[in-house]
This record gives sequence, C-alpha cells and structure tokens, in this order.
Amino acid sequence: MRVAKWIDACGTDEIEVEDVLRFDHDGRTYALYRSPDDRFYATDGLCTHEQVHLADGLVMDNIIECPKHNGRFDYTTGQARGAPVCISLKTYPIRIDNGRVLIDVGTE
Amino acid sequence: MKRNDYPALPQLFVWLALLVVSGIGAYLTLGTPWCVPFFFIYGILYGSCSDSRWHEFGHGTAFRTRWINDAAFQLAAFMVFREPAIWRWSHARHHTDTLIVGRDPEVLAKRPPSFRALLLNFFALQSTATAIARLISHAFARLHEEEKQFVPQIEHARVFRTARIWLLIYALVAAYSIHIHSMLPWMFIGLPTLYGAWLQFYFGITQHTGLAEDTLDHRLNSRTIYMNPIFRFVYLNMNYHTEHHMYPMVPYYKLPELHRELRHDMPTPYRSTLAAYREIIPALLRQRRDPSYFVRRNLPSAFKPGTTAAGTATPQAGSVI
Repeated sequence: MRVAKWIDACGTDEIEVEDVLRFDHDGRTYALYRSPDDRFYATDGLCTHEQVHLADGLVMDNIIECPKHNGRFDYTTGQARGAPVCISLKTYPIRIDNGRVLIDVGTE
Repeated sequence: MKRNDYPALPQLFVWLALLVVSGIGAYLTLGTPWCVPFFFIYGILYGSCSDSRWHEFGHGTAFRTRWINDAAFQLAAFMVFREPAIWRWSHARHHTDTLIVGRDPEVLAKRPPSFRALLLNFFALQSTATAIARLISHAFARLHEEEKQFVPQIEHARVFRTARIWLLIYALVAAYSIHIHSMLPWMFIGLPTLYGAWLQFYFGITQHTGLAEDTLDHRLNSRTIYMNPIFRFVYLNMNYHTEHHMYPMVPYYKLPELHRELRHDMPTPYRSTLAAYREIIPALLRQRRDPSYFVRRNLPSAFKPGTTAAGTATPQAGSVI
C-alpha cells in the first residue's frame, strides 16, 4: 500500500509557464513542470536513458526534451515519446496549496 | 527558452528547391558540358547537405513541430545512406562517449589512421560499401554485433522494416534503369551519395580528428572552425562543433550566438578549414608512426566560471534557445 508523503517543493511562481525546475529531496532528484495550460506535474528528475538531469532540458507543450541526447517524454504521463529513450519516467502526484507546489514522494 | 519552426523551415525549403532546380538543370543539359556543373551542385546538395541535415534533424532540434523533423530526418538519412534508426542510436552513443576508445562508433580516423580508408571515404566508397552490406543484412533481420551494443531490442523491428523499404526503393530505381537502358536514374538517386560526399567528408574530418581521446571535456576533443556562409549553409553551422557537443539541445541556427556567449571559456577557434587541416594532416601522419600522439588544445587559463570578458555575469540558463 502506498503511503503519501507530501513535501513542499517550491512556490508556483518559481516555475515559469512551459518550463521545468529541479527539486532534490532525501537523496532523490525530481523534475517539476508547469504546462502551457498552467497545470503542474512532477516526474523523476533523471532521464531513463543516461541519467541526465531533465531540469536542464526543454519543455515544449507536454513534452520534456532531455538536454544530452534529445530523448523525449510526455511529462504529464511519464511516457517515453522519442528515441533514444525507451523507458518511461515515474510520475508523482502534485498538489497546489496556498501558492506552493507540493509533491507526493510517498513510498509503496 | 522556446523553440519554433522558424528559421529552419525556410532553409529547408531553400535546400529542397535548390536540389530540384539543379536536378532539372542537370537533366535539361544532358549531353552538354553544362550538365557537369549542375550535377556537381546537385551532388553536393544531395550527398553533403544531407549529412548535416540528417544529423540536425536526428537531434530533433531544428523544428518545434515534431513531424517536420521526423520527415526531413528520414529524407536526409536516405540521401546520405545512413539507416535512420541505426544512426540515431549510434549518434546518441557518439555524444555520450565522444572519442572514448572502444565506445564511440563514429570515429572517422581511428589510430593509427588508414589513409586508404580516408581516401576511399572522400567519395563515401568504403562507408557506403559497408552500409550496403549492412542494409541487406538488416533486410534479412540480422544486426551486426557492434550495432547490437547500441541499438536496443525494441528498435530492431524498425531497423528491419526501414531496410526493406530502402531496398525496395533501390530495386525500383534499378528496374527503371534497366527498362530505359540507362544509368541516368542512378545519377539522381543513389550515386549522388558518392559523387557528392566529398564536401561533407572534408567538413566531417575536422570535427574530432587528431584530438584527445578518452576525455569528457569537449573543448579538448572537438573543433570550432570559422567558415564562410556557403559552407555554413551546407554544413548547418556544425563548424561550431565544440558548442554543439557541449549543448546538443541548441538548434543549429543558434550556435553562432552560443559561440559568442562561450568563446571566452573556449580554446581559440580555427580561422578556416585550411587552418584546421594544417593541424590535422601532420597529426594523422604522426599518428601513423606514433598512435599515442594527439593534438593538445590550450584552454583559457585565466577564465573563472561565471565571468565574461566584460566582468562578472550570471549565466541565464538556456537563454540562447
């Protein structure tokens, strides 16, 4: 059973629309996204291809492009969308509370 | 930090338009000496421009619209005779392990260099012979051992399918050529990969040849060379090769700007391709006798991270995109 663990990651205004921000917590790294329609999402922070920080990548619509090999993921679902990535990203629940972005990093 | 389809889209049209115009010119002037310059230009547009375009569209950085990237990538890959799925993965490895011995599959002159191979590849002869053998092999659902190292299993079916499509296209060209009792169709499809390859090879050899192996610092294993606008059109600004390796997400049309941002932290760029060759040819000759030799690039010693020539600066992440 999954146990929720909500962590205050950043303010909503710290992520620009159609952009990504790195968030590190408890030895793990995450990527937080703000989509063009002003929704927030979170995934694992490292590309599944060669462990590069996705926060250094480029957000286009609902796609995050890895800065190293240009592999692509749909950050709203985590799905791998373009070579050289084949393995999808893990996604995390997000909640907005009083102008803060909260990420659920809970464990199984 | 945004990407759009402009200015790559007009440049794509210019390339394709020049290809069509030079092809029509070659056809209309057949049997006259005028067909030679037309085929010369057509060959460069087909066999050399396609190399830089295959590369750029393979990165997927030129256009925001994905399908334009993908369509242009498939077309350019066919022209330069590089199977798209194989080379996409090969190139990913090249960016991960640039000039790492035993890992980088795209080294043009392994030490000690073979001048026979280099001369043959000036017209893509050896590389195309290998590519044809591999294409046939892929059409029969077989991958080379080296390819198995960097092409994941999930992509194999795509490799085999594309190989069969390409073979079908070449079979149609061959059938038409036999039907009209002429080699002419091959002059427009297939052979330009060879007779037009020389310029992309001339550029390509400057990227890493003679530089340090087994280093992760791209300033030491890649060259940035100043080129004239025609060369940069053919080569899609890949003369800024150090910058490209450091920031592969930056589209080709932003590389000059990126170069201006970074140049104070970079080795001195080469003033021309000839200046680069004045270093490369002696290095290759020496590596024939001494494979451990390489060219050591000098890095700016006084530079401190976070400063520019004008003073302290805070880098704006991705501001050149």
